[in-house]
Amino acid sequence: MKLDLDLTVDILTNFIKEETEKIGLKHVVLGLSGGIDSALSAALAAKALGGNRVFAYCMPYKLSSEESLKDAIKVAETFRLNFDVLEITPMVDPYFEMQEDISKLRMGNVMARQRMICLFDMSAKVAGLVLGTSNKTELLLGYGTWYGDLASAINPIGDLYKTQVWELSEYLGIPQSVVDKPPTAGLWVGQTDEQELGFTYREADDLLYAMVDERRRIPELISMGFEEEFVKKVAERIRRNQFKRNMTVIAKVSQRTIGRDFRYCRDWGY
Amino acid sequence: MKVHLAQMKPVLGNLEKNAQKHFEIIEQAVSEGCDLVVFPELSLTGYYLLDLVYDVAMDENHPVYQKFLDYSNEIAIVFGYVYESREKLFYNAASFVHRGKTVHTHKKVYLPDYTLFEEGRYFAAGSSIQAFDTEFGRCGLLICEDVFHLSSLYILSQSGAQNIIIPSNSPARGNLELGHDASNAWQTSNRYIAGVLTVNLVFVNRVGVEDGVSFWGGSEAYDARGRRLAAADMFKETGVTVDIDIDSVRRARIETPFLRDEKSFLVRNFLNEEGGRK
Repeated sequence: MKLDLDLTVDILTNFIKEETEKIGLKHVVLGLSGGIDSALSAALAAKALGGNRVFAYCMPYKLSSEESLKDAIKVAETFRLNFDVLEITPMVDPYFEMQEDISKLRMGNVMARQRMICLFDMSAKVAGLVLGTSNKTELLLGYGTWYGDLASAINPIGDLYKTQVWELSEYLGIPQSVVDKPPTAGLWVGQTDEQELGFTYREADDLLYAMVDERRRIPELISMGFEEEFVKKVAERIRRNQFKRNMTVIAKVSQRTIGRDFRYCRDWGY
Repeated sequence: MKVHLAQMKPVLGNLEKNAQKHFEIIEQAVSEGCDLVVFPELSLTGYYLLDLVYDVAMDENHPVYQKFLDYSNEIAIVFGYVYESREKLFYNAASFVHRGKTVHTHKKVYLPDYTLFEEGRYFAAGSSIQAFDTEFGRCGLLICEDVFHLSSLYILSQSGAQNIIIPSNSPARGNLELGHDASNAWQTSNRYIAGVLTVNLVFVNRVGVEDGVSFWGGSEAYDARGRRLAAADMFKETGVTVDIDIDSVRRARIETPFLRDEKSFLVRNFLNEEGGRK
């Protein structure tokens, strides 16, 4: 689980630079929530391209904490990013008013998708790629909004577990207040990820690393000391959220179907 | 022998652009007085071709290939491409061209088809490994995965190869904890092969990123005593020119006569009696 930090930074910064520049773009765009994942994506992008080529947007809702905006500003200042605040309240509130008994979860998803709309619009405005900010733990557990915060053009941190995100963030000098605060999707006031998930990220990462990276099977995981219920719960989450990690499901009719037997890389011709 | 290790990044699926890049590097190597320039695996096409395999395939009659033959009048060249056979099979191939002729074409025998690789889905597997004579002594050409099979090394060693050339496309992965990544596996293997087979070794790995997969570069050359003569930076598009003393093989085989003492009858008897695994 412990990263070779220098090598990882080399790989990730080079990834951002190449995947952006090879298609003829100079800029990247990302949402900066004040949390550690987006801070790490931003730090890597600044290291890869220079802060002046990174466009970061904090997109609070009226119930978002003041702290997160302050932290986002701190990150933007630390890495000298172009920074702006796009408050989504006037965009989503009218819709919430139309939907009388909307749940907290639905509201959270709508906000995430509204932020996606803003980011992709900014991407058109500044001619930049939308940079993903979902880590491997979130992607495996499906802890993210489909076509919301999970939507991006390229994702530099999608193969890093949350534990590794912490490790790398310390290494890159991300402000301590951002590193230290409890992870939150900011879905509602006082929400923390670990409370909502029912386990800590570090517990999950130890299990995920053994299960996914080391391909250990359930009996083996249990004999390693992981609680059976916890193992099954996490395995089930991974399975149930596979849809979020796939392209849309296409009904096959022809000889060559997109994604199935019409197969090309995104980097085709670049 | 002055060798240029061309650690380049190809454009995915654009033969013309890549050929142009090759020719610029070749001209540069000629002007530096190099005898041989070595490009990575699939240097003319890029790696993750998928359905592009059929669009970039070529044979000796292709104008791009002909141009390589023209350039080979000035310098020996090893380059990687998709070879389309008369039977309309597609191979992951590399050719050694010199003096206007194809000296040797190697078709990758061991196609990795696991985890992040799916070469077996698109390529036909080559079925022979042969050493070949060049102006720089007897050479062997292996493509990437071929190297991790003892049969390849054994055949080349027993057929008298003194220089082993390895065009490669190795993705960076497993960069957890120092010393457990792909580059470590390769450096260990390269040093081992050079020292134990007592051969000069040239390993040229590509750089660049394709759909999030980074190729780590780190091309290197060893003499026949397993000493590293030169190494290129990781992840950087660059070239390294190295002087390889062909006589180092002679010295190594006097000092460490592993080849002389190899008892190949053991292998022959084993294969005859036990049949081997397959």
